Amino acid sequence: MWCMLERVKPPRFRYCEARSVDEALALLAEHGDDAKLLAGGQSLIPMLNLRVARPAVLIDVNRIAELQTVETNGALRIGALVRQRRAERSEPVRAGAPLLGQALRFVGHPAIRTRGTIGGSAAHADPAAEIPCVLSALDAEFELRGGAGARVVGASEFFVTTLTTALAPTELLAAIRIPAPSARARSAFLEIARRHGDFAIAAVAVSVELAEGGAIERARICFANLADVPYRAHAAEKALRGARIDDERAVREAAEAAVGDASPASDLHASARDRLDLAKVLLRRALGAIAAGGSA
Amino acid sequence: MSAAQPSDAKRLVTLTVNGLERSGVAEPRTLLVDFLRHELGLTGTHVGCEHGVCGACTVRMDGEPIRACIVLAVQAQGASIETIEGLADGEALHPIQQAFREAHGLQCGFCTPGMVLAVQSLLEENADPSEQEIREYLSGNVCRCTGYVGIVAAVQRAARKLAGAE
Repeated sequence: MWCMLERVKPPRFRYCEARSVDEALALLAEHGDDAKLLAGGQSLIPMLNLRVARPAVLIDVNRIAELQTVETNGALRIGALVRQRRAERSEPVRAGAPLLGQALRFVGHPAIRTRGTIGGSAAHADPAAEIPCVLSALDAEFELRGGAGARVVGASEFFVTTLTTALAPTELLAAIRIPAPSARARSAFLEIARRHGDFAIAAVAVSVELAEGGAIERARICFANLADVPYRAHAAEKALRGARIDDERAVREAAEAAVGDASPASDLHASARDRLDLAKVLLRRALGAIAAGGSA
Repeated sequence: MSAAQPSDAKRLVTLTVNGLERSGVAEPRTLLVDFLRHELGLTGTHVGCEHGVCGACTVRMDGEPIRACIVLAVQAQGASIETIEGLADGEALHPIQQAFREAHGLQCGFCTPGMVLAVQSLLEENADPSEQEIREYLSGNVCRCTGYVGIVAAVQRAARKLAGAE
């Protein structure tokens, strides 16, 4: 009866739409910790419906045009509010960040990606999510804007811990910059989930730069859901330097080294040990797919 | 221009639903699906999990599928919404609806409105999807009756109908 009378799930909040970044920042400055920015809402609104989040004020940024641009000027610059579905179809995004293009089809479902944004997923900082993992693998930079001005932080600084970033309560994420890929870069994104579109039990994002003849000049590897932040596998990256990508022994050794000190959680989907094993398998498969010449 | 001030007051929401302009009143916290059902009386869109997991409330907003339980009604101000009520032409079912009936793409029917709207978007993007593509696209629409075999067959049949081959 309560539900029929109320016909809503979220707790009461005060709402307004910001029309510009400056207006959003002024509202954040005024309401600070009581306020939450509402971007695509595909994580926040479920949290409101379940009442695990209870912000007093929601500042809707969906109509801020300046956060919705995609630019390529050397690096790819993706406005924080660019929808995942648009990024998935965007030629500049696919050319400037092929790994992101490969990963986006694993992000939720089409109806989620219609609304969900690249910046919203980054700012939500779920360590099981694909977008933070890819942005970490690509050494993305995050443009933060606050009342005191703008600053740029790297991925390792941006992702602090589960659901926590370097963003201050009075700052917003304006854009993400991804360095231009080398012409010799090849990438793959693989994940294991119970059902397509579910959060990954484990996932890997791999980008390698290959010399003539197939030797790896540089590898960048990041796992989702192995730690409280996207887990960069520096040991495996180092182990692969100079190895040929089709050298099965080198790949196997790198995979063994890859999970290093990761201590993933055990939950009903997989034990920590299974996650570590799956991560190694995924890395071997991803490198194998790149060696075979396809994109995974 | 002074900044808007946050408020929890009810407000008028005007939007286009199935080609007709409609208005209603919503609190900021009112979900789009509840607004469609209770304020506009369009009960074809079903409420399932209410946290964006099951896909029962799938409608289309400005031509793209969304989950109406995780969009606020006030966010649909000025938008064009398509719901299951807009598909049939009077008594004549839409080809996707016909295909679902003919291929047993439903049993209890609870997931069907959302499923049909999702299929409409799939077939607009990909007129001849493979079984794998159908299953991947519809992985966000949960059906607990059919086991999906009939649904996949219905989508393939709908694709043929829309191509004029059946």
